[in-house]
Amino acid sequence: MFETFTLAPLPTADEDLRHVVRDLVARHVAGLPADVRARSWQGFDAGFSRALGQAGLLGLTLPKAYGGHERGPFARFVVVEELLAAGAPVAAHWIADRQSAPLIAHYGTEAQRQFYIPRICRGELLFCIGMSEPGSGSDLASVRTRADRTAKGWVVNGQKIWTTNSRHSDYMIALVRTSGTVDDRHAGLSQIIIDLKAPGVTIRPIVDLTGDAHFAEVFFDNVELGVNALVGGEGQGWKQVGAELAFERSGPERVYSSVVLLDAWVRHLQAVGRRDCAALVGRLTAELATLRAMSIACTARLAAGESPVVEASIVKDRGTGFEQDLPVAIGDDLAAHPDEAISAELYRTLMYVTHIAPSFSLRGGTREILRGIIARGMGLR
Amino acid sequence: MVHDIDILEPFARLLDDATGPATIRAIERGEAGERAWAPAWQAIAESGFLDALVAEPHGGAGLTLAQCEGLVRAIGARAVPLPIAETMLARRLLADAGIAAPDGPIVLATSLAQPVPGAQVATHALVDIGGDTGADTGADTGDALILAPLAGLNCAPTGVHHALSARLGGPVQGPQLARPAGGLRPSAAVLRALLIAGAAERLTEMSTAYANDRVQFGKPIGRQQAVQQMLSVMAEDMVACRIAAQLGAQGWPAVTVAAAAVAKITASAAAPRIAASAHAVHGAIGISQDHDLQLLTRRLHEWRLADGSEGYWSGVLGAARLHGAAPTVDWVRAAIFA
Repeated sequence: MFETFTLAPLPTADEDLRHVVRDLVARHVAGLPADVRARSWQGFDAGFSRALGQAGLLGLTLPKAYGGHERGPFARFVVVEELLAAGAPVAAHWIADRQSAPLIAHYGTEAQRQFYIPRICRGELLFCIGMSEPGSGSDLASVRTRADRTAKGWVVNGQKIWTTNSRHSDYMIALVRTSGTVDDRHAGLSQIIIDLKAPGVTIRPIVDLTGDAHFAEVFFDNVELGVNALVGGEGQGWKQVGAELAFERSGPERVYSSVVLLDAWVRHLQAVGRRDCAALVGRLTAELATLRAMSIACTARLAAGESPVVEASIVKDRGTGFEQDLPVAIGDDLAAHPDEAISAELYRTLMYVTHIAPSFSLRGGTREILRGIIARGMGLR
Repeated sequence: MVHDIDILEPFARLLDDATGPATIRAIERGEAGERAWAPAWQAIAESGFLDALVAEPHGGAGLTLAQCEGLVRAIGARAVPLPIAETMLARRLLADAGIAAPDGPIVLATSLAQPVPGAQVATHALVDIGGDTGADTGADTGDALILAPLAGLNCAPTGVHHALSARLGGPVQGPQLARPAGGLRPSAAVLRALLIAGAAERLTEMSTAYANDRVQFGKPIGRQQAVQQMLSVMAEDMVACRIAAQLGAQGWPAVTVAAAAVAKITASAAAPRIAASAHAVHGAIGISQDHDLQLLTRRLHEWRLADGSEGYWSGVLGAARLHGAAPTVDWVRAAIFA
């Protein structure tokens, strides 16, 4: 079962990108406290994203004709691994680089490619994803937001919610209904590029339990868009979203969300000279190593031209389980030594990761949805 | 380079012919003693596969463990009750040292304090109780491995139903060869992880097939979401075991302690979960002696404990990690993936 999902080497040719990332990280990130770096995914720094673009670290897998670098998924793995291991603020460019640009490159028109992709590769154009709605979470096929044809293009009405970084983004790629009703399910869905500065768009930030406001509600009230707003085929939205989610689920980002906390804890143990928790350190280190190998193995399927939907779901479900286990285990270890002083920075980092950890297995597909995908891959449904 | 697939198919056929479930049961019952396993062993020995890891100048195929890892998983997937993988590894070490290998099965004994899998169906043990591994028993083979005939090792069966493991005792005497850096335990642990990965693959396939077949409440139990979720986690564990064990085998013959630890921690931690899920799906019939499920799940538990459990290797890996100043991802890349 899943016979091609096996150990794969990370090509040495892509290792040259590490020092490029490290130079940037040393200048922009190294001085930040751990609880700020632990926000990595949520850390918004448009200047840092532009610096990455200038250094040639965005659009790695995209054609050179559109400003990309034609390097392949392994190059992206190396860059993402370095960024997340350091806790770099990647939110600004994250979705555009990971999902939006590959989606436009694959399904977009020539005009769309030339318009959007070069600026994404320079880190200048920021995207968000419009999938969830108040009544549509895991059941994505039930979306109600509509785009209807007009004489000049499209008019959009409806609402998206939990859209990460919509407040700072230039565009949203939204899954909308372009024909039929909710009862038609997967049929009649399309993806559409919405200019978030267009009249009729209202964005209302939602503050999360850590005090951050990375996601928001987005309202569309008769938003007029041109004919070029449609990306890919009309009625092909469901299939396109499936391919897009495989990109979202397969990267090392599904392994490293808590790694800044792991580093901070190990440094603490080394500073106080405590060795009684070596077995816990070993268990967590082994799981990280296994997940890294699994993530590289999944990247190898991407590099082979496949869309590894099941493999990516396996890595994400196991990876987020590890990311969520980390703060629980580390919290227990630290508080199992109530007379040992811990720094305020380490404590804040621990509690930030503890509080935000439930989101790890919500964003990009819940645990239960992923396990359903795996079960389908096993021939159980 | 020889690809796994070129040798895997004939090897799998050989195992299916020589050690089918009826033979496995006969060997486990042990009534006929050596006569129960000798024909199977002879077929395996004649195939030449036992020298797959032996260097070509010494008459072997000169393959690496990374190339042969699929063979070891195939042994695990079939619950073969003979120490084939252990013998392959021992024959390579013996050939390198210029020591003639015995014809019979060889087990790897990395401790005299706890049972060694397969010791009741072996003629020799390659014993490593040097370094700090023999400290608990008072015995110590120093900087050498010793090829000792089982006849002189006070082979004491464990008394566990149908188990072929036994505890071995001194004095350990026989030809000596240089102890590899880190000893025999890391390599033995990687073999165990590969065996666990193979059994995990077979158990996942058997459980999925059974879930699609077994009807309750008017539909196959595999249509129940609760069963689907359990089997998908089992598949995750199965893939993790496979990839971690392959990662452990990658550096062979210089298996690092850190890479072996990752392989054995992942496989040993998953083994009881995989066995539990397989039994949960199969229900009462999986517990019965006549069903093949128990051949695999009993092995899983035995291999989990052999050559260090997840707890042992976690302590070893954690101690090494705490000595390293580098951040975690850098440390992992250098110590485990290099």
